Amino acid sequence: MSTTYEESRVATYETSHDGGWAYVLTDCWTMTRRELAHWARQPVQMVVGLVFPVMLLVMFGYLVGGGRGVEGDYIDFLVPGMLALTMAFGLEATMIAVTQDLNKGVIDRFRSMPMTNGAVLVGRSAADMLQSAVGLAVLIGVAYALGWRAHGTFGSFLGAVGLLLLFRFAMLWIGIQLAMVAGKPELVQAVQILVWPVGFLSNAFAVPKSMPDWLGTVVEWNPMSHTATAVRDLLGSPGGEPGHVWAAIIWPLALLTVFFPLAVRRFGALSK
Amino acid sequence: MTDAIVVEGVRKRYGDKAALNGLDLAVRSGTVHGLLGPNGAGKTTAVRVLTTLLRPDEGRAEVAGYDVVREAGRVRRRIGLLGQHAALDEELGGRQNLEMFGRLYHLGARHARVRADELLERFGLADTGRKAVKQYSGGMRRRLDLAASLITEPEVLFLDEPTTGLDPRGRAEVWGAVRSLVGGGTTVLLTTQYLEEADQLADHISVVDRGRVIADGTADELKTKTGGDRIDVVLRDGGQLGAAVALLPFDKDDISVDADRRLLSAPVTDRMAALAGAVRALEEAGIEAEDIALRRPTLDEVFLHLTGGDPTGSTGDDHRDHAVKEAV
Repeated sequence: MSTTYEESRVATYETSHDGGWAYVLTDCWTMTRRELAHWARQPVQMVVGLVFPVMLLVMFGYLVGGGRGVEGDYIDFLVPGMLALTMAFGLEATMIAVTQDLNKGVIDRFRSMPMTNGAVLVGRSAADMLQSAVGLAVLIGVAYALGWRAHGTFGSFLGAVGLLLLFRFAMLWIGIQLAMVAGKPELVQAVQILVWPVGFLSNAFAVPKSMPDWLGTVVEWNPMSHTATAVRDLLGSPGGEPGHVWAAIIWPLALLTVFFPLAVRRFGALSK
Repeated sequence: MTDAIVVEGVRKRYGDKAALNGLDLAVRSGTVHGLLGPNGAGKTTAVRVLTTLLRPDEGRAEVAGYDVVREAGRVRRRIGLLGQHAALDEELGGRQNLEMFGRLYHLGARHARVRADELLERFGLADTGRKAVKQYSGGMRRRLDLAASLITEPEVLFLDEPTTGLDPRGRAEVWGAVRSLVGGGTTVLLTTQYLEEADQLADHISVVDRGRVIADGTADELKTKTGGDRIDVVLRDGGQLGAAVALLPFDKDDISVDADRRLLSAPVTDRMAALAGAVRALEEAGIEAEDIALRRPTLDEVFLHLTGGDPTGSTGDDHRDHAVKEAV
């Protein structure tokens, strides 16, 4: 090769004192590449992650069948709910990945290097968002094959996808924060179980009006229900109600306002 | 000559246990400094403070002229760290790891690749291909870890028990790599439980116990302070131990006797004279020896001598079973 290390070193030392934003971006890209390289090495894990929501959709759509109080075709009602539920379950995936990463020796090397502090987290979120986008595409593809159709304009379809990914982004940072608070893989399992009731105490499968009053109220308050309702509205599915789009924007943003700074600060702090 | 590492009165507590209890240290540029001590003496905590991974509660530390707390970024650009546990991405291959670290040191994609190839070649890992690090042997992993800490040819390199868990061949490889680095002007801070390792590699040694330096000097100075080498004499007949103590040419107060093992042990300064003297004295008196051997003091003995007590964490008579090992 024509370049020797000596040249590269000189170049480095001349520029590395003040990399500024260029280095922040480079570091984030490097860490995203790392996550993508992990996928390339663990294709099975990746596929399992994509197949799981599809299984849930088929199970609830055909095995369990029929949601209480749903007017119209149940699959039409269920698909937007499953899309939202898949985003909520992303919280688990993020938590597990972050916990595993933090318990690895490589984090010590990252932290003793002159890299951007938060790049590890950015890499994580870029990879998780990409995985979620692919997950949505797969799920929508399967739903289409099962006869589900999105109504409304292409613009409102994109808006629905945007709301889902925004919700996923909020879940992502909650996941990162919870993973750092829990710390050990054993504790993560406990926290992970809590994701299920939160996911199911929503309007993903049934209409809140059909539930006992107190339960219906809880379900209507669940941020995930707002996202599901707004997505139904935008896709012209049964169960959609106008006016939820704002709630589906404000809730995730509110969660992000709390958890994003918490997570970044906690990660940036030197270890105890 | 300037100091590459300066530590003044650093304290770090975990709950009610003081991991570092007023640590002072000065390491001259371009030298290898050994931090010698048993498990739990605070060696790793010291390394973590100096590599900006841990914030000290009190005191001040500078590496390569920069404060480890206030100027952590500048310190990080100038150091390499080889920790006790491999700091590598186990899922990825060797080249992928080095390239990633090179990019994070901002070498740029192309230079990171060139540097990765250079280091793989230098550490005999060029033929590992795409194999994931988790499939590497212990020695290979250690070599890759060392390669990763050398990507920028750091001014100061921290080696935290670099040969723990390695077989003799792996140990020799690491020692060789460290020696060649020092030739290039790198300052090395090395922690070890092995007196032998500190002796082999370090220009200067600080003995650490309970979070502070309890003795300091070159290997020779320390050995002189601690009575230097020792001679062990095992007699065929345990009944002659008393007679042997009386006639051996050593200071009677320094001779320790272990009746069960028919063993006499004494510190010596001139190894050859001591050996010849012992052989001659026993022969003349007709006392038969089963074994006579010269040896380095064990870390236990260094500690007993320096502290007048047991090494950290051990109690009473069981200190020989303690995790303090003597290197072969």
